[in-house]
Amino acid sequence: MRCVVCLKVVPRPEEVRVNLEAKTLERSGVRSVINPADLNALETALALRDRHGGRVSVLSMGPPNFEPYLRVAIAVGADEAVLLSDRAFGGADTLATSYTLAQGVEALGGADLVLCGDESSDGGTSQVPQGIAEWLGASQVTYVDRLEVPREGILRARRVLEDGTETLDVPLPAVVSVLGGANEVRFIDYDRWALAEQASIRVIDAVELGADPASLGLKGSPTVVAGLREVRKPGRRHEVLTLEPELAAARLAEELRRLGVTHT
Amino acid sequence: MTASGAVWVYAERHGEGFRPVSLEILEHARSVADALGTKLVAVTVGTPSSSAKSLANYGADEVITVEHPLIERYDTKLFTDLLESELRPTDPAVLLLGATRDGQDLAGRLAVRLRTGLTAHVTSLEVDPEKRLVGWVPGFGGGIEAGVVCPNRRPAIVTVRPGVFASPEPQRSTTAVRIVRPVLDETSFGSRRVAFEAKGFTVDLTRSEVLVVGGRGTDGDFGRLQRLAHCLGAEIGATRVATDSGWVERERMIGQTGVVTHPKVVVVLGASGAVQFTVGIEKSGFVIAVNRDPDAPIFEAADLGIVGDLAPIVDKLVEELGEA
Repeated sequence: MRCVVCLKVVPRPEEVRVNLEAKTLERSGVRSVINPADLNALETALALRDRHGGRVSVLSMGPPNFEPYLRVAIAVGADEAVLLSDRAFGGADTLATSYTLAQGVEALGGADLVLCGDESSDGGTSQVPQGIAEWLGASQVTYVDRLEVPREGILRARRVLEDGTETLDVPLPAVVSVLGGANEVRFIDYDRWALAEQASIRVIDAVELGADPASLGLKGSPTVVAGLREVRKPGRRHEVLTLEPELAAARLAEELRRLGVTHT
Repeated sequence: MTASGAVWVYAERHGEGFRPVSLEILEHARSVADALGTKLVAVTVGTPSSSAKSLANYGADEVITVEHPLIERYDTKLFTDLLESELRPTDPAVLLLGATRDGQDLAGRLAVRLRTGLTAHVTSLEVDPEKRLVGWVPGFGGGIEAGVVCPNRRPAIVTVRPGVFASPEPQRSTTAVRIVRPVLDETSFGSRRVAFEAKGFTVDLTRSEVLVVGGRGTDGDFGRLQRLAHCLGAEIGATRVATDSGWVERERMIGQTGVVTHPKVVVVLGASGAVQFTVGIEKSGFVIAVNRDPDAPIFEAADLGIVGDLAPIVDKLVEELGEA
């Protein structure tokens, strides 16, 4: 099995500040993390490799300072990591992002299985895995919490839906989005730290990728942010009290009774 | 033949009818189509024409249903192919879908198939003075939302969060249904379903009148919240931290990536109040918050806030409400 795991480095959402006048996000000084659901995708790939052998590559798109995060993925167990990095990739929406990542998968020599987290904690569009699948002409299964390869060339994956789960067989190659929290991600293997520190992270730019320049980054993105505005917050009473538990409970009970939502 | 430049709504089949979000969008899309000066088209796949007819009652000028006895469930390849062949020749300006699991599975694939733009998870829709559809997406961690347009490609594909528009009232209409009967065989499908397990429970927090919501500060003790919910006839909701930690089912997640709720009363316990969460409760009638951190942003979103440890407060409250 040849697995590629797409991994996104995201700012800690609580640290991002917005400059409303410039309509920009102030990301400088903001700490980043590997998108949590992407680690569940990585764990899924590593578990498959444990069972069937093969190779797990990690693929990311972003600035050169993402490198340390890719080393973390290697320390966890990935065999190699590749960073797609070029100013031309910047400002990409889901169409351009999925195109660039699909090109990255091709640059790695293709894959039997591409695994992504089901959504990123910053953008949260949940649409990139489906886009990668379409660019690659591969099967897709989204919102998956478990999967296996029951026989050569077939992926069996369980999707979690609103009112149940469905288990699907699809032909490989396939792109899968793995649900955040679908599994317990293994700890960093400390014996691998030295290996991860010394690993050479391959950086691929737009030229080496050989992609269509008109499909990359801002140029390849049909959606445009036309405006930013403050979220209109409804007027609230903002009565904030510091009370001992007993008094607090009495105050809450009084309010809930006033609102008519208590049975007593 | 459908006129080009129309507003299309994909109505997702659910049982004998449709997902509520599909009808919410359809009714709301009427005003979008009017503002754009164009027609409103509802399209559905695998729905018997007797059910498809009811879509006309929610404001559609035209209803298209793609029928075939082999279509028993959603399949990515099949549905993408079928919608592509309906959309390409008619060149709509807009395609709206509900942000359900299958809706998002389809939207993401279809957008790339059509090489067009996709705006996901919008919580409101507007038509700007340049007659462009603007989808507003909350987030970015700072209490702002972004208005996203797709000016140069068609259709602009947009997925809409369940519950952000009101439940519509059907109006009688005589619009005819156009039935499309494609030629299909097993190779038309991209997947084979080998099992389906219905959930033991289903929960739809968008329909709850009262919610008791737990966050990180509950430390996973939802039993305590359950007792309070019982006193209030409430459903349990949760923040992302709580569902990611496996404390409660993911379906109970409220906020940007969960559900948008509009209960009469919501009691928020031990949630800091990140904007990704509060977008899911800001339509509530009355917000009560308990948090030990007096500076927690949740208090800015609350009508009544209590600073304190939630465990003893909730226990006392349950005692208080249990009596009398």
